[in-house]
Amino acid sequence: MALVARRREELERVTSAINAETGEDRAFFRAHDVRETGGVPELFQGIARDLGGLDLVVYAAGVMYPVAFDEFSPDKDMDMLDVNLRGAVAWLDPAAERFSRLGRGTIVGVGSVAGDRGRSGNPAYCTSKAGLHAYLEAIRNRVARDGVRVVTVKPGFVDTPMTRGLDGLFWLISADRAAEIILRKAERGVRCAYVPARWRWVMLVIRSIPSSIFRRLKV
Amino acid sequence: MAVGAAGYRYRPETVDRISEILGAARTAGVPVVARGSGCSYGDAALIPEGLVLDLSKMRRVAAWDPADGIVDVEPGVTVEQLWRHTLGDGWWPPVVTGTMEPSIGGCLSMNVHGKNNWVRGTMGDHCLELDLLTPDGGLRTLSRETEPELFHAVIGGFGQLGLVTRARLQLKRVHSGLTEAKAVAAPDLGSLLQRLDDAKNDWEYVVGWVDAFPGGGKLGRGLLHFARHLEADEDPDPAASLNPANQDLPGTIFGVVPKTQMWRMLKPFTNNPGMRAINLAKYLHGSVFADGAVYRQSLAAFSFLLDYVPDWKKIYLPGGLIQHQSFVPASEAERVFSRQLEICRRRGMPSYLGVLKRHRPDDFLLTHAVDGFSLALDFPVVEGRRDELWAMVRELAEPVVAAGGRFYPAKDAALPGELYRASFRNGEIEAFRGLKRRLDPDGLLRSSLATRLLGD
Repeated sequence: MALVARRREELERVTSAINAETGEDRAFFRAHDVRETGGVPELFQGIARDLGGLDLVVYAAGVMYPVAFDEFSPDKDMDMLDVNLRGAVAWLDPAAERFSRLGRGTIVGVGSVAGDRGRSGNPAYCTSKAGLHAYLEAIRNRVARDGVRVVTVKPGFVDTPMTRGLDGLFWLISADRAAEIILRKAERGVRCAYVPARWRWVMLVIRSIPSSIFRRLKV
Repeated sequence: MAVGAAGYRYRPETVDRISEILGAARTAGVPVVARGSGCSYGDAALIPEGLVLDLSKMRRVAAWDPADGIVDVEPGVTVEQLWRHTLGDGWWPPVVTGTMEPSIGGCLSMNVHGKNNWVRGTMGDHCLELDLLTPDGGLRTLSRETEPELFHAVIGGFGQLGLVTRARLQLKRVHSGLTEAKAVAAPDLGSLLQRLDDAKNDWEYVVGWVDAFPGGGKLGRGLLHFARHLEADEDPDPAASLNPANQDLPGTIFGVVPKTQMWRMLKPFTNNPGMRAINLAKYLHGSVFADGAVYRQSLAAFSFLLDYVPDWKKIYLPGGLIQHQSFVPASEAERVFSRQLEICRRRGMPSYLGVLKRHRPDDFLLTHAVDGFSLALDFPVVEGRRDELWAMVRELAEPVVAAGGRFYPAKDAALPGELYRASFRNGEIEAFRGLKRRLDPDGLLRSSLATRLLGD
């Protein structure tokens, strides 16, 4: 297993915890910021080589800045697009190419229920996740015939530093629980799944609200 | 664990091109594995995220001397190409595999044996010299006279010390393209081993087939097949029998079923009850109707049993198969093989095909041969029981090591490395590692098999 993230200390801690639990040198890490897309192809190839193969890629990098209702901040918005969307394209393009050549493999992209509608609360966050959903669907349609599975997961509220302190949270699940569900979905190779599944019905309602009405709602 | 690994495949046609590719791989830090015809049963020609040097395009017979039966071949030349080239002149490879597909480079790297291992040794015993391209780009010619240590380590060194780019082989004079063969039944393992041993001095080729399904008093029952080359005065028309065109295996089975489709007909039987029935039918036929039968058969028909059903491996899809072949000293063979067959029965994973052979020791460093017998067992890999099968291979191998036996990398996919290493008791592994460090200090040549068996 290869872990890719920014913070070296955190990576060291998680990597050694995994290796201690399995009793093997199974995990290693590479410190990397997904906004630095230029170095991704080389890093990706190197990781595949060091792993001695690759079955599953999970793109879970994502940021959501608190944005005031009347705030328009290009800095925050561009950063969310960079991390949530451009980084995903930079990593998953080579993954999709590799897997389609091998004729196997699974790609998981962590989207969000927020990507299903353009909410007034956080325009760029919704955009980045909606873009990610469309991108994942598109690469799925490209590589499905090669035996490659692309899984879009759309979590609701997950208890992480990103959601801490937000108002109006409900159905909050732990990150461990979310990871468990996501891996199960990946194993089954479902195309798209809400996490947890009950969000599906809520989002069915929310998606079917006409735009003229949705505009008046404070969500 | 199944892993989707990528690789790069190169098919060089010249030695210079191989050197270039090795140089490029070294620069890129990518490991290289050599591949011949891809006939090894396991991971001998695989390396994840590495470069596969497919030598099948280097398949020229460089020189052939029909007076002395000496041939120079490139590594990708197959056993089939070799005998088709030489049989018309009255020469046959002294050692052949059970299929004619393997490449000579692969045969030497695995130091293969045939059904006459007891009398003729291995393919390496008939190699006069070979060219070895080492990872540093150096090309050297080895023979047992000039560089005996390296010669005996490269042959049977599963491609880890360098690439064989040319081999010179001494073939065997034959006066006919026919054999006289004999079939004999044996009701249990003890008599099977005894009759095989008794026959080895009278017959060039001896091989036993084991029905691995029954237990108790029928444990290890089977059939034996012996054969010898016809002498000059025995064949009424040697010119005809030596013509390779007359050696072709039949294109149909029972005269009607195209043999390329035969595997599809066997597929429904590829399960425990089906294979039990097929093994039983084979044994009954051999013991009731054909016991003691003597008949004439072409060399190819007797030698290349595995080619009777093309694509036979496909009957094991989707899981595939593994084989486990153990070599055990003669005095311990009955005890160890009985135990192995019992283990398979107890675990409910019987072998679908069991083959018994007689062997003699040789001078090669990592040789698999001992003065004794070998039992090769084929097992289907069934989804959900893979770990159990791998655990069983360990259990099958442990008594072999305890009895001073050996294993055969060409056939192996699942043997734990520590058991392979424990089967060498006189520092052979350390000696081989020493040569590896000398010839390939950066470890450019690697295979999954070598990594598993040799360890670090």
